Amino acid sequence: MSSVKTKRDVLGTSSLRPDGGAKVKGDFAFTSDLHAENMLWGATLRSPHPHARIISIDTTAAWKIAGVECVVTADDVPGQLTYGLISSDQPVFAKDVVRYMGEPIAAVAADHPETCRRALAAITVVYEVLPVLFDPELAIGDDFEPIHPEGNLIRQQRIVHGDTSVVGDVIVEGHYVIGMQDQAFLGTESALALPDADGQGVEVFVATQWLHEDQKQMAACLNLPTERVRLVLGGVGGAFGAREDISLQVHTALLALRTSRPVKMQYGREESFFGHVHRHPATVWMRHHATNEGKIVKIEARFVFDGGAYASTSAAVLINGVTHTQGPYKCPVAVVDGYAVRTNNPPCGAMRGFGVVQACFAHEGQMDKLAAAVGTDPVSIRLMNAMETGDLLITGQPVESVAPVARLIRETNEIPLPPDLAMDANELELPGGSGITAERKHIKRGIGWGVSIKNIMYSEGFDDYSTARCTLSDGKVVLKFATSEVGQGFVTLAPQIARSVLGVTDAVCDTIDTQIGSAGSTSASRQTWMSGGAVDGACRLVRERLFEVVGAQHNIEPIRFAIEDDEIVDTAGTFRMSVIEASQGITISETFEHHHRPTEELDENGQGNCHVAFAFVAHRAVVDVDPELGLVKVVQIATAQDVGQVLNPLSVLGQIEGGIAQGLGLAVMEEIIVQEGRVRNPSFTDYLLPTALDAPVVVARMIEEYEQQAPLGAKGVGEPPCISVTPAIVAAIRDAIGKDIDRCPVRPQDICL
Amino acid sequence: MPVLIAHTISEATEILAENPDATILNGGTDLMVEVNFNHRHPSSVLLLRNVPQLREWSIDSSQQTITIGAGVPYAAMETGAIAAAVPALAQAARTVGSPQIRAAGTMGGNLGTCSPAGDTLPVLSALEATIHLSSQDGERIVPFGEFMVGPKKNSRLQHEIITAVTLPITGRRQGYSKVGVRNAMVISVASACFAVVDDTPRLAMGSVGPTILRAVKAEKFLTEATTNLNIISDEIAREFGQIASTEARPIDDHRSTAQYRAHAIKVLASRLAVRGTAS
Ligand SMILES: Cc1cc2nc3c(=O)[nH]c(=O)nc-3n(C[C@H](O)[C@H](O)[C@H](O)COP(=O)(O)OP(=O)(O)OC[C@H]3O[C@@H](n4cnc5c(N)ncnc54)[C@H](O)[C@@H]3O)c2cc1C
Repeated sequence: MSSVKTKRDVLGTSSLRPDGGAKVKGDFAFTSDLHAENMLWGATLRSPHPHARIISIDTTAAWKIAGVECVVTADDVPGQLTYGLISSDQPVFAKDVVRYMGEPIAAVAADHPETCRRALAAITVVYEVLPVLFDPELAIGDDFEPIHPEGNLIRQQRIVHGDTSVVGDVIVEGHYVIGMQDQAFLGTESALALPDADGQGVEVFVATQWLHEDQKQMAACLNLPTERVRLVLGGVGGAFGAREDISLQVHTALLALRTSRPVKMQYGREESFFGHVHRHPATVWMRHHATNEGKIVKIEARFVFDGGAYASTSAAVLINGVTHTQGPYKCPVAVVDGYAVRTNNPPCGAMRGFGVVQACFAHEGQMDKLAAAVGTDPVSIRLMNAMETGDLLITGQPVESVAPVARLIRETNEIPLPPDLAMDANELELPGGSGITAERKHIKRGIGWGVSIKNIMYSEGFDDYSTARCTLSDGKVVLKFATSEVGQGFVTLAPQIARSVLGVTDAVCDTIDTQIGSAGSTSASRQTWMSGGAVDGACRLVRERLFEVVGAQHNIEPIRFAIEDDEIVDTAGTFRMSVIEASQGITISETFEHHHRPTEELDENGQGNCHVAFAFVAHRAVVDVDPELGLVKVVQIATAQDVGQVLNPLSVLGQIEGGIAQGLGLAVMEEIIVQEGRVRNPSFTDYLLPTALDAPVVVARMIEEYEQQAPLGAKGVGEPPCISVTPAIVAAIRDAIGKDIDRCPVRPQDICL
Repeated sequence: MPVLIAHTISEATEILAENPDATILNGGTDLMVEVNFNHRHPSSVLLLRNVPQLREWSIDSSQQTITIGAGVPYAAMETGAIAAAVPALAQAARTVGSPQIRAAGTMGGNLGTCSPAGDTLPVLSALEATIHLSSQDGERIVPFGEFMVGPKKNSRLQHEIITAVTLPITGRRQGYSKVGVRNAMVISVASACFAVVDDTPRLAMGSVGPTILRAVKAEKFLTEATTNLNIISDEIAREFGQIASTEARPIDDHRSTAQYRAHAIKVLASRLAVRGTAS
């Protein structure tokens, strides 16, 4: 028996990503790197108009080009003509009408991307341009002809809670505007489809967030049995919500089935901007009523989310928005009206924060207004109203999760402020950066706060379970699941769980595909909880079986066994045996499905226990502003995040730093500019993402209060970092310049003109 | 697509004379982007990277000028002797793109593209640089003001190669500033170069008109309002900026608004007017 224990990457350690080295060295195969023998390339023809009737489509000339193997349009879709996550309202190819700029009309397969390009150019589409519905307010009433058979209103939800006749001593009000953010993942949409030899099925390697949902929608459109559409996760270069919806999946598979050859599709950056949904631009009105001291007594609000041309997840985004109106604060009374509408703008759907980002930008603006109105400071007003476990939400749902809101605020407040900007600060440290636009004397510093609550897992009665299988053999564990690894680190965490539960060292993940039950989506900060719970459950079942085997061999009651480090020990005796030895020559395999507790739908007054659990975070931003030029440099973000239990500190920190960068982008630069339905900046030249010079120093504290509901005590940590950092930065800008700003991203002209 | 490789300037002009359709490739940081986006389909390419002469620079101390080869990358201008001779050019070079872009990108390419947002161009305008063009017919030297004739338009003839740029070494105050909505790697929303040349102030403005604009009224105002260009009051600087902003001809687009651009010029000009003075 070994006496020196090797360090094992169990839960709680900063185990490194199994694919980290390959990614750093450029060896990792992203989906776009895949290649198959005899492969064709696919490409998509898209509408140049935001709204037009299709009079005719002529593909004859495209078919005649040498090297073109196939051209498909709506007429070639063998199954259901539409798809969608919640409502199946989006055509695989537009047939009679196009409803947004960039909507797919046809696809081609050819021997080379350049041949594809020429084939697309050879397709003649005659359009009759229609009036464009670009103002979401016009979509609410009957003022504009329905642009879709399902109407212009995607969903409306009211929340009425408590004695609404209450009036506060102090009332503050604000109108807030949130711009359209893009997920801007670095690996653009890509898929490789391989047709089965009999032509009755297809295997598709794809970068996605939810293999089984894609499979279901694809099978319906392709008119194939689900099991004949086999999906394998290709290497994913980021997701952030943009891979929840179908993009090129059906097109690629259809072309492969039609040509009986492998087909690969891959969007370029510009096409990617048209190929996936974005964060909903929104307008939010809020009116807070409070006592003279500043305690909230009522909130009134109105939300309008612009869903763009198709429903995607707009209905769920809306519910997230309205149910998070109060933020992480106590609120006894509320009247909220929310609308998710259809327009001829780009379709919007899931993005990190999912509706809560918009609500948070508004409620945090309100908290600062309230603090000013009652003559207190941003920290005191938030502490005074901080939510606690057991409080009722405005939906009537009790908060059963750990809710350390006051502690998060206090701990964030304890983080030292950065030093003052030195009189001889390097020009690169000043707002304006390498443009050398300012000197030290032009700069003003501001501090701002943002605190948020975010639901985790899916809501409104949806059972988003996850499945995993654990196989132990000869001291080695293989884990099988369909959990999309999009960069969040489940492939790091799953083996950590197995090592902790089973005492093994050697634990690896099998191919991620549809050859096992669904894992649900890698979204809603849910995979550590859901798939973590599934892996944990499967490993525990295997452990039980192993104890039975060893118990039978050594005549010990299995119940007496426990895993201690890498050994099975008899807790009531002296027997010890290494797991490696105990599992020699045997194979134990168990599958487990983890379900979270059920949730309910909301009633017409928005009442109901619709969410599973909540996570909280506080952010304090320090920014330097050049008030005259309107330029900003975010200096430091201090944050304390409610994480439940830290399972991998490095992974958590990665989520915190990345989320903050993304929230910073929404605060000061990231916006898809849409004018009358047309996207004006579909490139990384003009859609600006933060660079290293824009990224602030992040000082993070992970607040560990074990979450009893969670299988591993851990809350999801993916979304919270990006939610309240945006209002914190905008508040810091307001603080620096002493001027009200009600929109994000904040543009230079919003500051100085 | 044939790639024609030149090793000397005369070889390059010869190739260009024989292949009038050839597209010149320097660092490729503009051209390759356009090719990738399918905006340009060159039938053949003339590669200049192997012409050592284009990557050289020299100082003429009797004339007090510096001549910089069209193939000198930005990275070489950021520090060292070029930066000491023309500090505003070093500042402009530092604002271009990212380290990768500055390692490859050149002033020849900036002039070839001639975008109103090109970062070296306001410096060339303010310092009244001259552009050297070579062809089989010989060499032509064109003042910058006559070289850039419109947005992405210059007076280079199809068979000419931009070989170098000559700038004065003034030994006086000069500076470049660029406003973008990100702290690095961003296309300018408004930019300005201020320089004192022959004891007169010069101000050139980028991204606020179809070409680089000289703020002649503002320059005249400052000349008349001051006796010593090293002592400029805040009030005069403000007025200088104010006048300059009226000379800008900005537009609204997806990057910014005309109003903000004019405002930014006002601020940049007044700050540059006093930057580096004792005040
Ligand atoms: C990510 C990125 C960031 C950028 N950021 C900036 C920025 O901040 N500021 C800025 O000003 N620019 C920027 N650019 C644009 C580009 O880097 C510059 O314009 C650069 O100066 C181009 O030089 P080049 O040598 O790469 O030109 P190339 O791409 O090789 O050529 C550009 C054009 O000039 C012509 N040309 C080149 N050399 C000659 C010659 N000797 N004679 C005649 N014609 C010639 C070419 O035919 C072509 O039309 C950026 C580009 C990228 C990709």
